[in-house]
Amino acid sequence: MSEPVIFCDQLCVELGGMKVLRGLSLSVHEGDFLAVLGPNGGGKTTLLRVILGLEKPTSGTVTVFGAPPGFASHQIGYVPQRLFFDREFPISTWEVVMMGRLSRRKLLQRYGRSDREKAAEALEITGLSSLRNRRIGALSGGELQRVLIARALASEPELLLLDEPTASVDPDMKSTIYDLLDKLREHHTIVLVTHDTGTIARHVSRIACLNCTLEMHEKGSTLDRKALESLYRYPVDVVEHIEPHGGSTEEHRDHA
Amino acid sequence: MPDILHFEFMRNALFAAILSSVACGIIGTYVVVRKIGFISGGIAHTAFGGIGLGYYLGVNPLVGIIPFSLAAALGIGLLTRKAKVAEDTAIGAFWAAGMAIGVILIGLTPGYAPNLFSYLFGNILTVPSSDLKLILMLDLMIALMVWLFSKEFLAISFDEEYARISGLKTVALDLLMLCLIALTVVIMVRVVGIVMVIALLTIPAAVARNFSRTLQGMMALAIAFSVMFSIAGLWLSWVFDVASGATIILVASFVFLVTALMKARGIRLGS
Repeated sequence: MSEPVIFCDQLCVELGGMKVLRGLSLSVHEGDFLAVLGPNGGGKTTLLRVILGLEKPTSGTVTVFGAPPGFASHQIGYVPQRLFFDREFPISTWEVVMMGRLSRRKLLQRYGRSDREKAAEALEITGLSSLRNRRIGALSGGELQRVLIARALASEPELLLLDEPTASVDPDMKSTIYDLLDKLREHHTIVLVTHDTGTIARHVSRIACLNCTLEMHEKGSTLDRKALESLYRYPVDVVEHIEPHGGSTEEHRDHA
Repeated sequence: MPDILHFEFMRNALFAAILSSVACGIIGTYVVVRKIGFISGGIAHTAFGGIGLGYYLGVNPLVGIIPFSLAAALGIGLLTRKAKVAEDTAIGAFWAAGMAIGVILIGLTPGYAPNLFSYLFGNILTVPSSDLKLILMLDLMIALMVWLFSKEFLAISFDEEYARISGLKTVALDLLMLCLIALTVVIMVRVVGIVMVIALLTIPAAVARNFSRTLQGMMALAIAFSVMFSIAGLWLSWVFDVASGATIILVASFVFLVTALMKARGIRLGS
């Protein structure tokens, strides 16, 4: 098989003296659609942040497109869980999506026609073309989520990292976003962090359960939903019921 | 009003008002959307050390301010971003230390310090032509930098984390922006003085935000508001024979208060 897009070996991460990820090993290959499930505080977002180069691993190795994290920014499209921003900020949908072109342009290089074309394309795919001049603060939660996806797409990424893209949207919008991901998986490698145990099995090719350590569930020739469900229900449902407040990682039992 | 333009000092005052408005409209927009008014105040007050240095060395205090305000910008920026010192602590330390250096240097200067008051509270009526040239140069430099780095500055202002992920050197860009604030402070000292700089760095942009959809639009409007405040203040100070810098600030504050109250009462101001 070709070189993995993401490769983690014995990855450990401590944040504020707390072990968030313990001995995690993972390879994501081109064309994969990987869902990472797990309880809050289980390290899902941290894993994405390590891949993006925003957090440094305490030990172990990570490579992204064969390089250390942070060196492949133009190949990665990141969709954060939620954008914390000033709703009064004078910026339009278009300008936010254009920000996706930053990683494609050098310092001092101005945006050109190809940048505008890619941004327009991303708006088209996400169904936002009619909102391109809308001020970002005037968008609904679902629209904002699609703007974040459009921004990631505008950078023409090979790898898409999505952090709970359906967490703050209504059920209708949820299926729209999953339909969109189904379309995108044809051309992108996707890693999706989510709580959506119900819908996810239908869409993804692999599922990882993350709770400090990682348990991988590969699909066989056919996707055995029942087996998958029994595998991933445990860390999500059970843990959320035991620890409704998320709790600290130390309190979580190790499932793997 | 045109007859008062026969005086050279009045023409200079008008030029100073317009030139300083360009800097504070552009940079003030970033100060307001990034909510870094307090840093700007810190940089301005640290600059008092530079005024002291100017008196002590017998050079133009405006020239003395430049290294001091730049050092404050870089010092506060590096301490908070690299050494993880709490921002308000770093600002407070620089603020007070800069003023202390200024007081000591002025004390060491033989004789008394002429026009000290004008550097503290501004006097737009006494801006010499040589200072106008310096202000124009700084203006051009600020405008050029903002034009060159517009997409990067927008990115770090709106979503710093995404900017970092996109491969931008966000700390360096942040420091650059603080340095541009420092240069704006130098410009504003002649007009409203270091104590009141913070008002013109925030009020015109804050009022402009109510009517703007884009950062560039906000900058243009902030420049317009700043020119209006400065000229109205200048005219009122002429009519009532009171301090010009303070009058400009009061005009700005009054408009700010009115727009803030209208907004609070749910009156739509713009888009």
